[in-house]
Amino acid sequence: MDIPRHWRLRKQRYGLVGEVCEHCDSKVFPPRDICPDCGEEAKTLFSFSGKGEVYSHSTVYDAPKGFDESTPYTIAMVKLEEGPLVTAQLTDLQEKEVKIGMPVEMVTRKLREAGDERSMIVYGYKFRPVMSH
Amino acid sequence: MENNKIHTVVISGLGQTSVGEHWDISLRELAFFAIEKALVNNRGGYPQALYLANMLAPALSHQSHLATMVADFSGLRGIEATTIEASGASGGMAFRQGYMAVASGLVDSVIVAGVEKLTEQTSVNVNSAFATNTDSEYEADHGLTPTSQAALLMKRYIYEYDVPDFAFSGFPVVAHANGASNKNAMFQRAIKPESYQRAGFVSEPLNMFDVAPYADGAAAVILTRAELVADLPEIPTVSVSGSSAVIDTLALHDRQNPIVFNAAKESIAKVYAQSGLGHSDIDLFELFDAYSIFGALSLEAAGFSEAGKGWELAQDGRINLDGEIPISTFGGLKARGYPGGATGVYQIVEAATQLMGLAEENQVKGAKNALVQSLGGPASTAVTHILSQIER
Amino acid sequence: MSEKITLLKPENPVGIVGYGSYVPRYRLPASEISRIWTDGMGGLPIEEKSVAGPDEDVTTMSIEAARNSLKRAGISPQDIRAVWVGSESHPYAVKPTSTIVAEAIGAVPSTQAADWEFACKAGTEAMVAAMGLVGSGMARYALAIGMDIAQGRPGDPLEYTAAAGGAAFLIGPGEEALAIIEASYSFVTDTPDFWRRAYQKYPEHGHRFTGEPSYFKHITEAGQAMMDATDTKPEDYAYCVFHQPNTKFPQRVGKMLGFNAEQIKTGLLVPKIGNTYSGSAIIGLTAILDEAKLGDNILMVSYGSGAGSDAMVLSVTDNISGKSEKATTTQQYIERRTEIDYATYARLRGKLVKK
Repeated sequence: MDIPRHWRLRKQRYGLVGEVCEHCDSKVFPPRDICPDCGEEAKTLFSFSGKGEVYSHSTVYDAPKGFDESTPYTIAMVKLEEGPLVTAQLTDLQEKEVKIGMPVEMVTRKLREAGDERSMIVYGYKFRPVMSH
Repeated sequence: MENNKIHTVVISGLGQTSVGEHWDISLRELAFFAIEKALVNNRGGYPQALYLANMLAPALSHQSHLATMVADFSGLRGIEATTIEASGASGGMAFRQGYMAVASGLVDSVIVAGVEKLTEQTSVNVNSAFATNTDSEYEADHGLTPTSQAALLMKRYIYEYDVPDFAFSGFPVVAHANGASNKNAMFQRAIKPESYQRAGFVSEPLNMFDVAPYADGAAAVILTRAELVADLPEIPTVSVSGSSAVIDTLALHDRQNPIVFNAAKESIAKVYAQSGLGHSDIDLFELFDAYSIFGALSLEAAGFSEAGKGWELAQDGRINLDGEIPISTFGGLKARGYPGGATGVYQIVEAATQLMGLAEENQVKGAKNALVQSLGGPASTAVTHILSQIER
Repeated sequence: MSEKITLLKPENPVGIVGYGSYVPRYRLPASEISRIWTDGMGGLPIEEKSVAGPDEDVTTMSIEAARNSLKRAGISPQDIRAVWVGSESHPYAVKPTSTIVAEAIGAVPSTQAADWEFACKAGTEAMVAAMGLVGSGMARYALAIGMDIAQGRPGDPLEYTAAAGGAAFLIGPGEEALAIIEASYSFVTDTPDFWRRAYQKYPEHGHRFTGEPSYFKHITEAGQAMMDATDTKPEDYAYCVFHQPNTKFPQRVGKMLGFNAEQIKTGLLVPKIGNTYSGSAIIGLTAILDEAKLGDNILMVSYGSGAGSDAMVLSVTDNISGKSEKATTTQQYIERRTEIDYATYARLRGKLVKK
């Protein structure tokens, strides 16, 4: 059980908390402390809106441990509206054909359908087709 | 790098095992078989160091401290030994460490070996181990696997360049044609383009022929300072004329443009600069075709094709053994098989075999310079070498 | 009842400043269960029930409902002093759902957090506690959630209705409220009509005993006592909503209390989503708030087996205008619908035995 590793990531996982570069205003996710655009220090926290669009997608049938009971599932790279790309699963897709460019929004879901009922449940971001309201 | 300050390094011994499912051979035995072959045909000095490439033995074979175990088992007690891990680029990276050691003059001769057993565990465990090569917290924890990541790349590539259906078929067709006459290859049978078109998806749009098979294998190369190796009259001597390693972001999503292999491109620019050679001098390219999309992106990174056109090069025989830029001359990862960290050493062994004129049915006629590139992840690490015949 | 009715009425006026619901997208028609277990014979208690996706649980559904309530309230999550989640399907036996929800919505660390359990009325119990916390002036805002992925043994009558969903309410000061909660009254006895023992996967129930002495007795007593104590009559209410284990029970209990079909209609979601247990009465309330207007009075009476009912009287203020559009409405969740068959349902809900 990787307890501290998942615990440390809770802000990123639950709320897409990344960073903003004070020098060039670049938004950074995942957080990396050094701005990938200008190379200056970027340690100011920034919460992403969770809105974005599908950059690329595919389906996993042959999965690693922790995911093998959830197959098939859709994996994607999502382009967040603030700029960065993020790797995440798409969810709630039934009847929706996934397309590159499809608008999606962040939801918090179980990341691992752990086969082991004794282990901790890992929650984190996934994306679903935008719901109208 | 200024060549006049370093020693010329030549390949003085080669060894490889067949690639496949070695159920009855252990990790240490497999490594030893390749090392033994290289030592038997070595015409340089006795190796003073072992650089051992491996990617997943701690996870799949419950063995770290691997180089010591392999050196010990191979009867190389008392030498220096260390394990090199750089994901799929481990073999290339170990070769570069060996090259740097000899070129620096600190040692006269080294053995570079690669070993991997990917059949030790069931596929779920192998998938889990491979997933650790991605950014574990931001990629693998979300269910990404290297194979599905290649599918993401291929999907975006097809979208951006408006590539037709089955455009990538040229890569596996050529790889399997070349593997057919390689007695060490995992698959020794040519495939038809129609088979590619009928194949089921592994991770859409990636089908089973777009993915290199995980396998067991070991390969070894002995590197020696040039002046310590006697020329043989009938076989050309092969030197390392360029060596470089460049990294990109570990995670694919951290790149401005994921469908360009920048590290691959930069490391090739470096070996050209070091060797003084260019595109027109390269007679064959052992690229890292773990997935056919990697083949296309590697050809583009190397400048053999413009962006978005790498797949076209794989059509009409242009990457065949007698084509304009032969690739995967012994089957590549796709047909020879993908034995993890050993792969890069196989690539070197195969390129050297070509330049020594010993490739038999797979021979690229008149090959003098070979470009060899190993990739870790989606070119998160790129290690490139140029091997050249030494002019007599 | 001989003794005088004592209402729970806060010192300071309190009300709902934000609300949000959640219903997962999958639907299992009752006819599909009947096809498997009764050859399609017999009446059906509802049309279809909501089923959670494979990556959903009470935590994830509570987070979405809570986020919706925050969108409508427009307050800072840092001003929330309690995050309370009522459910009978908390993902952990020991480890609060509420801390995960509080962390996800940004309410940590200066907050109360706890999980509540009282069969199907854990959500309203959390609301009453939140009224106390805010009404006493101890806290400005408290978040009360009722959410369930209800369990029903395959083939049991409960399986037709045991559904997934619920609602979240941000309770705050009366002047900010979109609906004032005038008072609450609870009627509680030891009535063993339904339970789930520790380490058991599915609940047991007393079949017809769950009716008259349980559901009907507690709801009518609580509802009537509330109307008596507030000196109101059914016609004073624009809407009423009750715990809804099936389509008939809430309609009948409404009639027993003197309400007509029109008053019940808006909050009666059970035919389309099933019984969401801790979420059942309160998700009905969200559907009402989505369309309610200034001056509307609402009577809500929950029911939890074991047994008890919480009755609440709410009056809608002018803060209601424009609130429903600020987040996904309950009807929008209900309309988002993917029908599944029994096999898919069995897989989604872990009813396939793999070890």
